Amino acid sequence: MQRSPVRWHIIIFLTPAVLVYTTVMIFPLFNTLRLALYNRIDQERVFVGLQNFKALFGDTLWSEPFWNALGNNLWFFVIHMLVQNPIGIALAAILSHPRLRFAAFYRSAIFIPTILSFVIVGFAWKLILSPLWGIAPSLLDTVGLKSLFAPWLGKEEYALTTLALISVWQFVGIPMMLIYAALLSIPQEIIEAGEIDGITGFSAFWRIKLPLILPAIGIISILTFVGNFNAFDLIYAAQGALAGPAYSTDILGTFMYRTFFGFQLQLGDPHMGSAIASAMFGIILIGVCIYLFGIQSRMRRFQF
Amino acid sequence: MEKSRPFNANMLLMHGALVVYMIIALFPVFVIVINSFKKRKSIFREPLALPDADSFSLIGYETVIKQGDFPLYFQNSMIVTVTSLFFILLFGAMAAYALSEYRFPGNKWMGLYLALGIMIPIRIGTVAILELMVSTGLVNTLTALILVYTAQGLPLAVFILSEFMHQISADLKNAARVDGLSEYKIFFRIVLPLVRPALATVAVFNMIPIWNDLWFPLILAPGEETKTLTLGSQIFIGQYVTNWNAVLAALSLAILPALFLYAIFSRQLIRGLTSGAVK
Repeated sequence: MQRSPVRWHIIIFLTPAVLVYTTVMIFPLFNTLRLALYNRIDQERVFVGLQNFKALFGDTLWSEPFWNALGNNLWFFVIHMLVQNPIGIALAAILSHPRLRFAAFYRSAIFIPTILSFVIVGFAWKLILSPLWGIAPSLLDTVGLKSLFAPWLGKEEYALTTLALISVWQFVGIPMMLIYAALLSIPQEIIEAGEIDGITGFSAFWRIKLPLILPAIGIISILTFVGNFNAFDLIYAAQGALAGPAYSTDILGTFMYRTFFGFQLQLGDPHMGSAIASAMFGIILIGVCIYLFGIQSRMRRFQF
Repeated sequence: MEKSRPFNANMLLMHGALVVYMIIALFPVFVIVINSFKKRKSIFREPLALPDADSFSLIGYETVIKQGDFPLYFQNSMIVTVTSLFFILLFGAMAAYALSEYRFPGNKWMGLYLALGIMIPIRIGTVAILELMVSTGLVNTLTALILVYTAQGLPLAVFILSEFMHQISADLKNAARVDGLSEYKIFFRIVLPLVRPALATVAVFNMIPIWNDLWFPLILAPGEETKTLTLGSQIFIGQYVTNWNAVLAALSLAILPALFLYAIFSRQLIRGLTSGAVK
């Protein structure tokens, strides 16, 4: 049988995806990295090498907001790791209990905040925490803790943590679901073998199940990392592009938006914006590499 | 013998914890929705009470319908989401089929290249995407958004779909080849129907982020004609900050479609999340 040397169908099957992906995602990504090496001088685009990065890391005008945003972003990530993922694991552990009734109902209800947009979540919490409306203070009053109330989103020292917790509230469903799936895939024999050795209940979770779901926890951590260092919407919806009060909730996403798009009196600067985007790219790449080579390759995948 | 465990304290504790967390998860949504049906005075006087004959009012919804062009925003969001999903599924399935079915030089590299985008967020390239859209005259069109979301969704779609296509038996396809079906017909008539569950999973995964995205509508299509529901409600609420009735009504109107979609697709979504499709 004669086969035509070029198998056109392969090319036709691949072309649309490769074309869209390359022109709209990969090409702009590299173009952004390239633009970071240019600047506008006298209406001309001029190659300036690493000048933009020097300014971003060293010139106080740029470096102060940059390190501020990076530090805030790290704190944002730390809160997610310390609050969102443990709560998600705990909920999944409870839900996966074989004799628990209504598990599907609880699971669907707890997942609802995850499907809402940041705009809804940001404004809803802004209203609830608002001292004007008084839902939060009156709720605290019923448990006798009214003195603890403060306008959390308006205070520099609390605003970022409050927003991080709101984001945790929204996304706890994702680690819950992924860990739940991992827990269900643990074969019953292993648990029973533990029971014969007298390991049951809480210690069974701690000593048998938890080590087995470490790969899933690794995936959640890297998803959280990438999501957090690329976050923008919630801060923008709740605090605006200026990430107030006094930039205390500014993270890399909002900083990049203000820089390249311009805001109020500040003119947009695509080249500095590209430099910030490149820094974000570097940070995400480092995180992904640490995960792929440092964590995932060392974790044994348990084959059942 | 199974140890007799009557109603034990442990179980009670577990239900207690889940109920408490469920209240935390649903309380804000509940408060927003009930207050959107109340008069301004009652919103402030008794924010936690359900609306009754005395406090019931639709004034917020009237303002929203009069002032904001929500049907248009809704239509834009629908067009963008549905069209992007269509292209993600079609192009993604085609590429996944090429990668999983045929051996050709560079197959592995092509797979790796397409997988790059799973971990790297497309937002990093925003500056250049905006320049690209400006130079092609696509700023403030829904096409710009559709292109971006299609590109964003393709990597994971190709990855998930090619895993599934590997499992389709080769005999089936070879039998079709013997019968003289072309490669295209095999793809559309045999392979696509067989991976329908995977297509649904991919669609549900992509639907929520596209519908809820604020970043790209804000940057690429902020014009009045092209606002999506998410951007439209963001701007509307920003303008009416002090009109609590209108803000609460707008929030409720934005919550409802999401809840509606979730009610339809939650089983698919949860099955997708828990089937290990994302491992």
